[in-house]
Amino acid sequence: MSAATQAKMVSAARPAAALGAVAAWAVLYSQLVPFSEWVVSLLPVERQSRLGEALAFFFYDAPKVLLLLTLVVFGMGIVRTWFSAERTRALLAGRREGVGNAMAAALGIVTPFCSCSAVPLFIGFVSAGVPLGVTFSFLIAAPMVNEVALGLLFALVGWRVALSYLAFGLMLAVVAGWVIGRLKLEAWLEPWVLRIHAGAADLPRTRPTLGERLVAGLDAVREIVGRVWYWVIGGIAAGALIHGYVPEDLLASIMGKEAWWSVPAAVIVGIPMYSNAAGIIPVVEALLGKGAALGTVLAFMMSVIALSLPEMIILRKVLSVKLIAVFVAVVGVGILAVGFLFNLLFA
Amino acid sequence: MKDVKVLGPGCKRCETMVQIVKDAAAQAGVDVTVTKVTDYAEIAGYGIASTPGIVVDGKVVHAGGPPKAEDLVRWITA
Repeated sequence: MSAATQAKMVSAARPAAALGAVAAWAVLYSQLVPFSEWVVSLLPVERQSRLGEALAFFFYDAPKVLLLLTLVVFGMGIVRTWFSAERTRALLAGRREGVGNAMAAALGIVTPFCSCSAVPLFIGFVSAGVPLGVTFSFLIAAPMVNEVALGLLFALVGWRVALSYLAFGLMLAVVAGWVIGRLKLEAWLEPWVLRIHAGAADLPRTRPTLGERLVAGLDAVREIVGRVWYWVIGGIAAGALIHGYVPEDLLASIMGKEAWWSVPAAVIVGIPMYSNAAGIIPVVEALLGKGAALGTVLAFMMSVIALSLPEMIILRKVLSVKLIAVFVAVVGVGILAVGFLFNLLFA
Repeated sequence: MKDVKVLGPGCKRCETMVQIVKDAAAQAGVDVTVTKVTDYAEIAGYGIASTPGIVVDGKVVHAGGPPKAEDLVRWITA
């Protein structure tokens, strides 16, 4: 089916279909506990056993998280139709540092961005006059503060932690980008990047219809949920095992608030690891239940998501090793600060 | 003969874009040559900030995400 006929069908059946979908979603969401108990009762396991606990946890969390994720991704898919990397670049070009960093971080959340276009985006921004530090604010916020991470945190750990992650993630992107800008490291870019003065291409502006925006939301669900669902399932299965089998408070001594060194340890362990937010958050939630401190696990999570080896290998094409080292150091210190701050705030 | 370039570092989305362009051209009955541009410096030279980008006869017409089918036909027949 072509996108055009799809759009027409959506616009014709829109009100009824949208209502139906929302109602079905709400019914499913309200039946999560009975559903999980019912599934476990069908299995030949004792409900009160450790395995029974783990299974009940899994069959409650997996559908719940997938339902919430679908909703959040759909919503963000629609919001993103108002934004594009080129428009964001036009908003940021020549912007003063400070204001520019804050705008870049915020736009990083809503601008459509895929990791395979990180390098073209970086060059496109810098060569069209977006300051280096402002570009970094965007590149730090875009992968770290995203709807998958926020939706999962909201579903599994609660809205207070999700909002705090949003606020601190943005702050980290603003401050780290600002610091990198202050250091004036333009000369540490790969030389060929500095030779490009393409400016910004003059693209025809398009205004999608409401039907096309809804289709974009559905496409986002198909693409993003289609890509991360097995991470979610895997993460929740790991979380369920921790939930059922790890003794209470085992982690309090090594990942608890008293162990200050666990925050830097979490950051260092997290850097070479590469996982999706979708896989890491269910584990984070289970660790929290076993006495790990919130700041420590969030620092681990941010480090895994924001600082990853594959990303650095990609960025190596445009940044010198020195500049990558500065980037890792500045963001790493920022994550440390966020970890310690969270441990102070959420006692 | 239209000269179409697909700009992208070579992820799956850019690969499928080449096929989409060829299909649209075949449907519209337009003769096209489609080239893939994967070199970062060359991509950057077109002034886009997101991929895949589409260039028709040297002019950038699209950047980021899949284009609409009817737009694609309009660009290659214009």
